Amino acid sequence: MANSINDSYQDFPILDQKVNGERLAYLDNAATAQKPQQVIDSLVHFYEHDNANVHRGVHTLAERATEQYEAARTKVQHFINAKNHNEIIFTKGCTDGLNLVAATYGEQNIHEGDEIVITIMEHHSNLIPWQQLAIKKHATLKYIELTPEGTLDMEDAKRKITDRTKIVSVAHASNVLGTVNPLKELAKIAHEHGAVIVGDGAQSVPHMPVDVQDLDVDFYAFSGHKMMSPTGIGVLYGKADLLRAMPPYQYGGEMINTVHRDETTFADIPFKFEAGTQNIAGAIALGTAVDYLEEIGMENVEKKEQEIVDYVLPKLEALPYITVYGPQDPAQHTGVIAFNMDNLHPHDVATALDAEGVAVRAGHHCAQPLMEALGVSATTRASFYFYNSKKDADQLINAIKATKEFFNGGTI
Amino acid sequence: MGLSKLNGLYLDVILDHANNPRNKHDIPNATSKMTIHNPTCGDTINVAVEVEGDRIKNIGYTGSGCTISQASASMMTEAVKGKTTEEALDMAKTFSDMAIGKKHSEDDLEKLGDAQILTSIMEFPARIKCATISWWALQRALLKKDDEEEE
Repeated sequence: MANSINDSYQDFPILDQKVNGERLAYLDNAATAQKPQQVIDSLVHFYEHDNANVHRGVHTLAERATEQYEAARTKVQHFINAKNHNEIIFTKGCTDGLNLVAATYGEQNIHEGDEIVITIMEHHSNLIPWQQLAIKKHATLKYIELTPEGTLDMEDAKRKITDRTKIVSVAHASNVLGTVNPLKELAKIAHEHGAVIVGDGAQSVPHMPVDVQDLDVDFYAFSGHKMMSPTGIGVLYGKADLLRAMPPYQYGGEMINTVHRDETTFADIPFKFEAGTQNIAGAIALGTAVDYLEEIGMENVEKKEQEIVDYVLPKLEALPYITVYGPQDPAQHTGVIAFNMDNLHPHDVATALDAEGVAVRAGHHCAQPLMEALGVSATTRASFYFYNSKKDADQLINAIKATKEFFNGGTI
Repeated sequence: MGLSKLNGLYLDVILDHANNPRNKHDIPNATSKMTIHNPTCGDTINVAVEVEGDRIKNIGYTGSGCTISQASASMMTEAVKGKTTEEALDMAKTFSDMAIGKKHSEDDLEKLGDAQILTSIMEFPARIKCATISWWALQRALLKKDDEEEE
């Protein structure tokens, strides 16, 4: 492992390459993070030495695989400070976890006339499951709006969450605006009205310390791949009593106690929600990513990203042809920075930046209602992680200036 | 290499069409209209055609999008105006084929007019959809049945 967080890029083999003849500046971390050698090694080691199915075999490899799989669960438990390891369910990713809650807890507890409250800044994965549930159950879906500064309007939250509200589901950090929502405060409001609260941690868990007991969230979902694990592994945290009362999500192997011709009894949590063979290697590699992040320290990850934002955001805002969305104050902004260039479509911007070796995302970022609220059809988004540097930030700024020159103020 | 790589994509003729779009307006007497959304970027293109007999008498487009999609729509309308629907559909096929790397004769390419210049898009796979979306809209508008709903 690299000696300091500033050298951590050395742990990521993919970063050491040229793209279009230029040094790669990977600034698409909100879409997916790169993987350090340690995580890659962990995957390879598992398949080379320990691969077996878990919880069923009595042979040595099966024991090793089971032990490592469950150790990963415990690592995740401590990482987000869950009370018990059985509150950690392995999923395919954040989307899978949110769908699980909507399809089980939501299906069981939402009835005609009930309200589900989300925010206008939700990613489609924390929007469509609730929208479709509301349609099916003849319930009402309500959106908490933004303040003019691009933060969540907490006065609106207090108005929208009522005694009819059964579920509140909110992004902990926005994948577009770079804001962190006051999840703890929202949880308190939701609980005062007898509702449960679901946190979408896709953009928060990789970037800041998260304590699910302190937040007092009832459910909390996140993806492994955005925190340097392989794709196809994620986590759903749920309070044990809620998880126990919920019906299973899927049926199949590994989630049962006994099966008879006409009836089945289900396994206890978390296994009740892990039907079929899981992404065992992915879960173990997620455990390795957790080890890596804990070695650095999440406070340090947060601090490093803040340093980069403090450096790059004022430089971006100083360019007269750039509009930055979300808070303009670097202290209020995460490493996710969405912006537009006057007269130039985000797709053209992203193609031009790519030619300069800078990888960014362009589009609606799976947040079309938010784009509508912002009055744009798309934005360009640069998103930083702790292994990025001021050098990457400079490369972005220089590439934007070169793009401006290339198009010479034309188009659109 | 850097931005010089883009010289082959953002050619003067493309930038000209993007900055001074031709036929970018609604068609009051349209006989068929089609709207297509590009789900990867949220862009929308509306194509309206007025067909008289078997010929495209008038064509226009509206919507918003990137330089490539706007230029392509502008070139497409210029290329097919006055053509028979059959000729226009052939051109749309040539363009779609070209975008996925299939070869066509010089004659076929010549018929596309300015639009053939967008063959350069093949070097930028992520942008092929931007160039083809207006041709798809044209195809769908010409082929759709009267009672078919707009997308």
